[in-house]
Amino acid sequence: MKLDSKIPAGPVADKWSNHKAKMRLVNPANRRKYHVIVVGSGLAGSAAAASFAEMGYEVSCFCYQDSPRRAHSIAAQGGINAAKNYQNDGDSVRRLFLDTIKGGDYRAREANVYRLAQVSTSIIDQCVAQGVPFAREYGGLLANRSFGGAQVSRTFYARGQTGQQLLLGAYSALSRQIGAGTVKMYTRHEMLDLVLVGGQAKGIVTRDLVTGEIKAWASDVVVLCTGGYGNVFYLSTNAQGCNVTATYRAHRRGAGFANPCYTQIHPTCIPVHGEDQSKLTLMSESLRNDGRVWVPKDKADCTKPASEIPEERRDYFLERKYPSYGNLAPRDIASRAAKEVCDEGRGVGQMVDGKRLGVYLDFSAAIKRLGEPAIRERYGNLFDMYENITGENAYRQPMRIFPAVHYTMGGLWVDYNLQSNIPGLFVGGEANFSDHGANRLGASALMQGLADGYFVLPYTVTDYLAGVGLTGRPSVDAPEFKAVVKEVQDRTQWFLNNKGNRSARSYHKALGKIVWEKCGMARDKAGLEGAIRDLQALRADFWKNILVVGSGDQLAPELERAGRVADFLDFGIMMCLDALHRDESCGGHFRTEYQDAGEAQRNDDKYAHVAVWAWQGDGQLPVRHTEPLVYEDVQFTTRSYK
Amino acid sequence: MVKEHDNLDSHGEQTLSLRLRVWRQSRGTTGHFEDHALAAVPTSASFLEMMDMLNEQLIKEGKDTFAFDHDCREGICGMCSMTINGMPHGPLPGVTTCQLHMRNFRDGEMITVEPWRAKAFPVIKDLAVNRSAFDKVIQAGGFITVRTGSATEANNTLIPKPVADEAMDAAECIGCGACVASCKNGSAMLFVGAKINHLNILPQGQPERERRTLAMVKTMDDAGFGNCTNYGECQAHCPKSITLDVIAKLNRDYLRARVKEFFSSTGKPRKGGD
Ligand SMILES: Cc1cc2nc3c(=O)[nH]c(=O)nc-3n(C[C@H](O)[C@H](O)[C@H](O)COP(=O)(O)OP(=O)(O)OC[C@H]3O[C@@H](n4cnc5c(N)ncnc54)[C@H](O)[C@@H]3O)c2cc1C
Ligand code: SF4
Ligand code: FES
Repeated sequence: MKLDSKIPAGPVADKWSNHKAKMRLVNPANRRKYHVIVVGSGLAGSAAAASFAEMGYEVSCFCYQDSPRRAHSIAAQGGINAAKNYQNDGDSVRRLFLDTIKGGDYRAREANVYRLAQVSTSIIDQCVAQGVPFAREYGGLLANRSFGGAQVSRTFYARGQTGQQLLLGAYSALSRQIGAGTVKMYTRHEMLDLVLVGGQAKGIVTRDLVTGEIKAWASDVVVLCTGGYGNVFYLSTNAQGCNVTATYRAHRRGAGFANPCYTQIHPTCIPVHGEDQSKLTLMSESLRNDGRVWVPKDKADCTKPASEIPEERRDYFLERKYPSYGNLAPRDIASRAAKEVCDEGRGVGQMVDGKRLGVYLDFSAAIKRLGEPAIRERYGNLFDMYENITGENAYRQPMRIFPAVHYTMGGLWVDYNLQSNIPGLFVGGEANFSDHGANRLGASALMQGLADGYFVLPYTVTDYLAGVGLTGRPSVDAPEFKAVVKEVQDRTQWFLNNKGNRSARSYHKALGKIVWEKCGMARDKAGLEGAIRDLQALRADFWKNILVVGSGDQLAPELERAGRVADFLDFGIMMCLDALHRDESCGGHFRTEYQDAGEAQRNDDKYAHVAVWAWQGDGQLPVRHTEPLVYEDVQFTTRSYK
Repeated sequence: MVKEHDNLDSHGEQTLSLRLRVWRQSRGTTGHFEDHALAAVPTSASFLEMMDMLNEQLIKEGKDTFAFDHDCREGICGMCSMTINGMPHGPLPGVTTCQLHMRNFRDGEMITVEPWRAKAFPVIKDLAVNRSAFDKVIQAGGFITVRTGSATEANNTLIPKPVADEAMDAAECIGCGACVASCKNGSAMLFVGAKINHLNILPQGQPERERRTLAMVKTMDDAGFGNCTNYGECQAHCPKSITLDVIAKLNRDYLRARVKEFFSSTGKPRKGGD
């Protein structure tokens, strides 16, 4: 596998502008002759599709929901970062860059991160112009808050619904193009495979979820913006349909999958309450600005109501362990600290599987200091949501929270141009691996999705198209397309015909349990080896006993689920393998063998690289390749938040 | 609302036994109700988790599951859409189907589950309907025209906090369609009013204000949504508490746009056209 990162030469601050100046252009009159496929309509996909159409390309955009507006970007609550320095607190492009590199535990590509920080400011301009109703100060200026461990206030937000408002902005831009006929939008379509012709990505195969039709689409370039793979854990903060299928199918066609073991566990989610639970709900991290995290010092207090535990018997463990960041310690660190105290038996709340997995997030001090109305103004909708789900009032008693899978830093490997190792296959948003290293900072995923969609892909895809020229698009009748369509049809039929006895959901749950226990917040060699064996057995069982009810010519949720679970099973094995072969701890990847009294121990000599996995065939283990991470600008330091 | 009873699951949690009457419909058929019994539903489960349990039970029996729309399961994507005991999104005000929890139902209760009922939202299968008419309305004008890269510095546009807040109140609409489903006329005025209010009160939204309003209303009418005759059911069932005043403002803006259109079409021809 050839992995050329194509990082432009020159000082890090000039790379993007130099590169842009050198990229090729496509004559405006020719642009409509190029067909661009964008899969996904989240922040990355909508922004990219709208921008390509504005430039004049013919665009087809696909999503599995019934409307592009429902992509899971809609659920982001907290905010979006940008280096505007409106608060005059010392922020700058360089500082956002350094924070992101450090936050990612020195496992991100320097040049990409710098570009992300650079374009962050244009994102805010674009969104405000679209009518995104960001929070404002009384003077009419944009308001900011500090978020997720940042020491500057650089986060822009729209109440607790920032993702919704940003996505509605991008969706409105996309809708304008759909209305103008320049984007053809295919909703309730699931991409089930990628088609290569002559080694280049030239189209996709989809299934129309309503009619069951399996169809090929030819294009000059394919852009995947299909989101993250957090649902490999079954329970996560992702939407039910979030899947790895699009990226994993591309992986099977030769695209390298980078750093699958870098997954982010978010510290503030509502704890698990039972076996039939289908998802975990995030409580925005912004709550940690005013809430204090604690557990009882003494196990014996864990069954008492919080109000009966006096101040001196409480352990504010984040404030104790990380005095300078306190409750705002970065996500991976805060999550692990919560796990530790629960493992010690000091967790609170309901027993699930013999453990109390919850810690308090207490607002009483903030309510005393600022008054209940101020807290209601800041977090009202989150408190309501909490009450709705748990039946408890967080103004009167502390919330209970526990870490949950939230975001995946790994994804398809891309070069500086966001192109995978398959020419013509570009990847944006959470689906790629590019910018967050081993841990993502809060409010930086929205920034990256929109950066990719609005400000990076339009340039780099144009450069690619200018290079391939106008003769490149094959017909959908080409044998390459027919072959892939046949494969997809066969697989679909196989599912419908198999006389099994076990539902896709039950396999998904079993998969989730294995990876959460063995490849979740803490990992070790023996556990990972065991997990790989268990997953291989589960996979074998799946391909014997899966039962799919429904028919192929209508909405068939069980068929959709089976296909996604099948890919998650294979992917789960690769994720554990990646975790097993990274003999160090960094960011969200914590190997218990590599720690210094609970702090992650990186091994920069051996692991300052991207791990990129190449597919080897059905049921075979993938092979590991590497892209070295060369830091020209920053120095490695130990990531300390003490 | 859970009655005292001693059904407890393995976590010591109360559970319910339910009778469910669920809509079944495939393409090209008229549809009918199917009755099912479901036991051991934890009160902490969400309504959709209860439906998952029913579907898992059907799979065990080798029967087809009920198709329903859902995705985020946290009340924000607007995908879930069930009419529960005759009420879109069920009995609780201000919540979506996915956020409704079983502690709001009684042991032994009979629950009726239907899709959205509206002419403009045809049933696809069982509980899933086609809401693409909403997207068409947005495509007609629910946007501010700004090409990528053409925006000016964000803080050049000052927006007083009350204006930004009001725009945000309207922008919270999740496009679920409960307003349409709850309206006897199948009117989409609450949805369209919310979007028009969001954009029409912001300074950025002014240049296209009239054009937007006329185009969205026309598309709404063409899509088969009914007229608004002020029943107010939409407001009562909106999970995001969008209020009727967005409809009043939409009516005002529409009138204003019609008047302007009238004068510009009878006076001098507009330059440039659009
Ligand atoms: C609950 C929650 C809160 C968050 N809060 C924040 C926050 O405050 N700040 C922040 O910066 N980040 C936040 N994040 C992370 C951030 O929201 C996501 O990383 C980001 O929005 C992903 O955008 P995307 O465009 O890459 O993917 P998505 O928005 O997930 O979109 C994926 C798209 O791909 C389509 N798709 C997927 N698979 C297929 C397929 N096989 N075929 C066809 N179409 C397909 C989907 O239909 C969808 O349109 C949060 C995430 C979650 C889950
Ligand atoms: S106005 Fe309310 S009920 Fe209607 S679509 Fe919007 S959120 Fe749903
Ligand atoms: S499933 Fe998203 S709002 Fe209910």
